[in-house]
Amino acid sequence: MIGAHDLGGKAGFSSVAVTTESSEVLFHNEWERRAFALTLATGMLGQWNIDESRHARENQEPNRYLSNSYYETWMVGLQTLLAQKGLVAPHEIAALPKAETLAMPAQAKVELAEGLSARTPAQAAAALRRGGPTAMETDAVPRFSLGERVRVLPMTQAGHTRAPQYTHGASGVITAYNGVHIFPDANAHRTSGADTVGEPLYTVEFSSVELFGAVSQPGDSVFVDLWEPYLSYA
Amino acid sequence: MAHDHDHDHDEEHTHPPSDLELRVKALESLLVEKGLVDPTTLDALIDTYEHRVGPRNGAQVVAKAWVDAEFRQWLLRDATAAVASLGFEGRQGEHLKVVENTATTHNLVVCTLCSCYPWTVLGLPPSWYKSAPYRARAVSEPRAVLAEFGTELPVDTSVRVWDSTAELRYLVLPSRPAGTQGWSEDQLAELVSRNSMIGVEPASAPPVESSA
Repeated sequence: MIGAHDLGGKAGFSSVAVTTESSEVLFHNEWERRAFALTLATGMLGQWNIDESRHARENQEPNRYLSNSYYETWMVGLQTLLAQKGLVAPHEIAALPKAETLAMPAQAKVELAEGLSARTPAQAAAALRRGGPTAMETDAVPRFSLGERVRVLPMTQAGHTRAPQYTHGASGVITAYNGVHIFPDANAHRTSGADTVGEPLYTVEFSSVELFGAVSQPGDSVFVDLWEPYLSYA
Repeated sequence: MAHDHDHDHDEEHTHPPSDLELRVKALESLLVEKGLVDPTTLDALIDTYEHRVGPRNGAQVVAKAWVDAEFRQWLLRDATAAVASLGFEGRQGEHLKVVENTATTHNLVVCTLCSCYPWTVLGLPPSWYKSAPYRARAVSEPRAVLAEFGTELPVDTSVRVWDSTAELRYLVLPSRPAGTQGWSEDQLAELVSRNSMIGVEPASAPPVESSA
């Protein structure tokens, strides 16, 4: 989907507010600290992946996405996932103070998996150290070679994707092959039990002039990490 | 985003209404009651990213690369492994890439689709990095954005913008400031700002010593 989150190259935005305050403060309020930590801690329960999490945040009405503060959007994503995955019933979300209208799945019911329980501080620290690598061991042979010119396909799908709109239809040159990585477009809409889909991941260099026209300086470029299904031969 | 409203940026701490405060608190209580969240784990996660993991990690990486040619080569070839050798690894640093500024090339990192950022070496991103203006403009008018940070590049320097669309996380290796020959890694690390590792500013110049 080309939602309001797909901001690269969109015109009309103001200058970047560079102030000491804005560059040093990580959280503006206590609720932002808690929203951040709740998101990490519930994510560690393993009921959803990072692509589902991104999709839950970006899949909002555009006006709302743009007017939300950063952690408000995290809260939208978290509440959506909790209901979708059956950890919290939609009526429990609706009963929270100052309820807002969230698009909740109608059929969701609470069915906690056996043994699902809060992570301890030590378990959380171990989970941070492990992280979530997305590189996959496969013997897949990449279709494109280093130095090859490729074109980004026009994007029409309704779901999650990581090909930004400003690259659609543009041609660029493969500058790196990064191995096979989990494919977000499939991973964000994965049904339980389905195999993880991996696709070859490339870094593609685009000329800024080709992407954005004469306002750009010749020689400047933008590098974007793109999966093979986004690309065709130029 | 709230910080794009036309009020004074410094008043941002007064912005989100207590509605949200109440709601987050109630959600936390609900999740604790269900046994899904431990409040002491939340405290530990906040402490980790507010006080333990931050840009001093990245500054140590950069300073080492400036004094140790072999480490610099390793960093440019396999940043994940080179950075892990200093003890920095894990979430949002699983697949690191280091891009080096040179006399003719300047690098700038952005995430146009959300807020991807190399947590293991820089901690959590600052507000401006997550803001709509930065995400929109860093790719289409990087030189204007750099100028807003006070960074003017020579015309013969080309700009390379890295949009973090996958799980690769980018760290800029800024150029070592002149006049720092013989400095220790610890001294050099003091010159490496968070902003220089995102690419919006150069590393700081050494302070001018008052001559005796």
